[in-house]
Amino acid sequence: MKQPYPFSAIVGQEEMKLALCLTAIDPSLGGVLVFGDRGTGKSTAVRALAALLPPIERVAGCPVNSARARDVPEWADTAGDEIEEVPTPVVDLPLGVTEDRVTGALDIERALVHGEKAFEPGLLARANRGYLYIDEVNLLEDHIVDLLLDVAASGENVVERDGLSIRHPARFVLVGSGNPEEGELRPQLLDRFGLSVEVASPRDVETRVEVMRRRAAYDDQHEAFMLRWQAEDAATRDRILTGRRALRHLEAGDAVLTAVAELCLALGSDGLRGELTLVKAARAFAAWRDDTALTPAHVKAVAPMALRHRLRRDPLDEAGSSARVDRALQDVFA
Amino acid sequence: MSSPDPAHVLTALRLWLADPAGLGGLCLRARPGPVRDHVLARIDTALRPLPVVHPDTGDEALFGGLDVAATLAAGRPVTREGLLAKGRPVRLAMAERAAPGLAGRLACWLDGPDAAGLLALDEGASEDETMPPALADRLAFALTLDGLRMADLDAARPLDPRGDPVSAEAAMTALAAASETLGICGLRAPILAMRAAQASARVAGRKDILTGDVTLAAALVLAPRATRLPADSEDQPETAPPPEATDGEDGGQTGADDLPTEMVIEAIRAALPADLLARAQANAARGARGAGAGARRLGNRKGRPKPPRPGRLSSGARVDVVATLRAAAPWQRLRADTPAGPSRLRLRPSDLRLKRFETRSDRLLVFVVDASGSAALGRLAEVKGAVETLLSEAYARRDQVALISFRGTGAEVMLPPTRSLVQAKRRLAGLPGGGATPLAAGLDAARDVADRARRAGLSPLICLLTDGRANMALDGTPGRAEAGADARRIARVLRAEGHDALILDAGRRPDGALAELAAEMSARYVPMPFATADRLSGTISAALARE
Repeated sequence: MKQPYPFSAIVGQEEMKLALCLTAIDPSLGGVLVFGDRGTGKSTAVRALAALLPPIERVAGCPVNSARARDVPEWADTAGDEIEEVPTPVVDLPLGVTEDRVTGALDIERALVHGEKAFEPGLLARANRGYLYIDEVNLLEDHIVDLLLDVAASGENVVERDGLSIRHPARFVLVGSGNPEEGELRPQLLDRFGLSVEVASPRDVETRVEVMRRRAAYDDQHEAFMLRWQAEDAATRDRILTGRRALRHLEAGDAVLTAVAELCLALGSDGLRGELTLVKAARAFAAWRDDTALTPAHVKAVAPMALRHRLRRDPLDEAGSSARVDRALQDVFA
Repeated sequence: MSSPDPAHVLTALRLWLADPAGLGGLCLRARPGPVRDHVLARIDTALRPLPVVHPDTGDEALFGGLDVAATLAAGRPVTREGLLAKGRPVRLAMAERAAPGLAGRLACWLDGPDAAGLLALDEGASEDETMPPALADRLAFALTLDGLRMADLDAARPLDPRGDPVSAEAAMTALAAASETLGICGLRAPILAMRAAQASARVAGRKDILTGDVTLAAALVLAPRATRLPADSEDQPETAPPPEATDGEDGGQTGADDLPTEMVIEAIRAALPADLLARAQANAARGARGAGAGARRLGNRKGRPKPPRPGRLSSGARVDVVATLRAAAPWQRLRADTPAGPSRLRLRPSDLRLKRFETRSDRLLVFVVDASGSAALGRLAEVKGAVETLLSEAYARRDQVALISFRGTGAEVMLPPTRSLVQAKRRLAGLPGGGATPLAAGLDAARDVADRARRAGLSPLICLLTDGRANMALDGTPGRAEAGADARRIARVLRAEGHDALILDAGRRPDGALAELAAEMSARYVPMPFATADRLSGTISAALARE
């Protein structure tokens, strides 16, 4: 079977790749939103994540990927005792998915065949401790969005239906992608994403040719191509693991916090989630670069992706939100 | 639209059949008819009849799973194999009606390791009925068969590409440059074009790619996706191929290795139907509005029940118990000899009837009324009368209305979206007149209201009544030039966001400025120099009925 396209082999799109790596270092960042044209490698990058991320340890057979045996929910009767290593789950949430599939519902097969009332876990259970990927997130139906917002805020999935009363942890990194031309995202959902990046197709011929070249190699000389990029993926994985360890030692000093507050004030971003995410993102970025101290320079580097989607919309500012963040950056860091 | 080139149709068909999975698929845009049947018959002979997916196909059928109805009947678990798991290309019927959810699943399948190719049959009648763009983007070929006659198809032969051999590298460079020149965003198109060129070489039994293969692939894959005209090469020096392509290692025989981008673009230009670019530009400008599950499917009520329909039990279905019993009732006597189980009722899977609902979002009419001095003197009274008539009609249709007036230095939302006719009338009666014409401010306020309404699941329609002499800029400074420019900028934003609009020109002498504005925002423009309240409301109702 063909493996997904390797993460490191994606040409360009550095901001998107960085954002995904930052959430891998600090999953509490709250997800990534990738907006851009079709055919710019959005889906490819997310599908490549599973192979890139460090594996997690879980109780064998546990439907919610619990790390310790005492965390296994009592309704899960398939879990064993051993601890096994599995790839970080990256779960696809397709459009038009029913609520049952997302939250889980009565296991129809067991109900029909054995007459038992059992819970069949849904996508949220599978995504626990991993990633939940929504392609075309802006086209997602409202009731599913509400459900996701609720679960993302509480970190817990509660199912009260079909005579079942079940709850289980559901902590995941939300990754959404979409094409803004096809629909807007509700501000509430927008705000839940920690980082947002905009991708565009490369404009110069050389980069385009490089993309085509690698794609052709991936299709035609699959084994050799995967081998060639495995080492790079492994290096990125090591960097993520190092970053996770370094995260603990990075403290945000007053200079950093002041810069963050000034920046958010200058941009008039709604609420305080912008500030909190920006600090976290800056810290993850410092850890990613393996720097020993957190400085305003780190804040500057990640500010566009942490704040871009939190601005009030201004119809007459044709420059777009990225340019507005840049302008504020120049003012604050002048 | 010019009729398609039958040779291109046959060639694209041949290429896709040579590599159904690698090329993603083929989209056939055609009404049913002998030509389409003929093409489908060819595909079926080459690939055996394909499994069919239609817009209502559920997850169980696509991906397989427990067949609830069969399980109930058999008393043991019966699983079904999914249509997508067979490792065979799939035919998507009525692709233009495929919901974003189905498109997303199919797109995910096409990206994944088990992809085997998709044949999409698009029977869209009008131009805004097209298959979901997320899916169309993944298919290499899009063919239109309308206008093609059987005789043409019989007479035509697939093209036989000729030319000098080129290296894969040069072919890629040329295709990448051409796609950039044509304003094709995304890199799927050149990647698919490259595979098409390779397939073209393979079906001809050659190892080398010829220049002909590359130009053919460009004409078939890139041309239908063009969003702008290839500029002439002397105007646009950057379209020249990069130097890497020309000073390749075997510089001596570069006649073969150097494939000029112009040649590829020329091939594409020849393959472009005359009106295609105009359409592409219009589409790009308007955005892919309404294609998604956004405004249209967001009903803010539960929806009207539609007649129940036979169906299978699946996770999303709701059984209509009464209809199911009614369907089963006539058969009870005939089924009497089969064991009935614990209950006396004999139900079969075929009796199941499912509930269906139709959700339709409410419309919101946003009236933007010019209450400035120039308009007020003329016919503010008529406008008020017309709006009042419309309001009562809107009320009868259960539409919602909002009213914005602009005069002096700014705009004011006189009436937030409401269904209350009384309230609307009272506000309208108190509408003051006089002052300058801040058209831009009025449009901006309308945009704000329309945006919020859309988020709440309504379909807003902006209805602007003015005499069009904007003379107050957004920042409150008087001046015709500034004011006009501001209005046009907001008009462009409105168009980019895909708001529907209608402009009624109530000026005594329509001078074209409003017509231009209407073009900027893709709005319908109706000049009404001698409007009375009756005629105004009549015109608007007629325009609304066409929506």
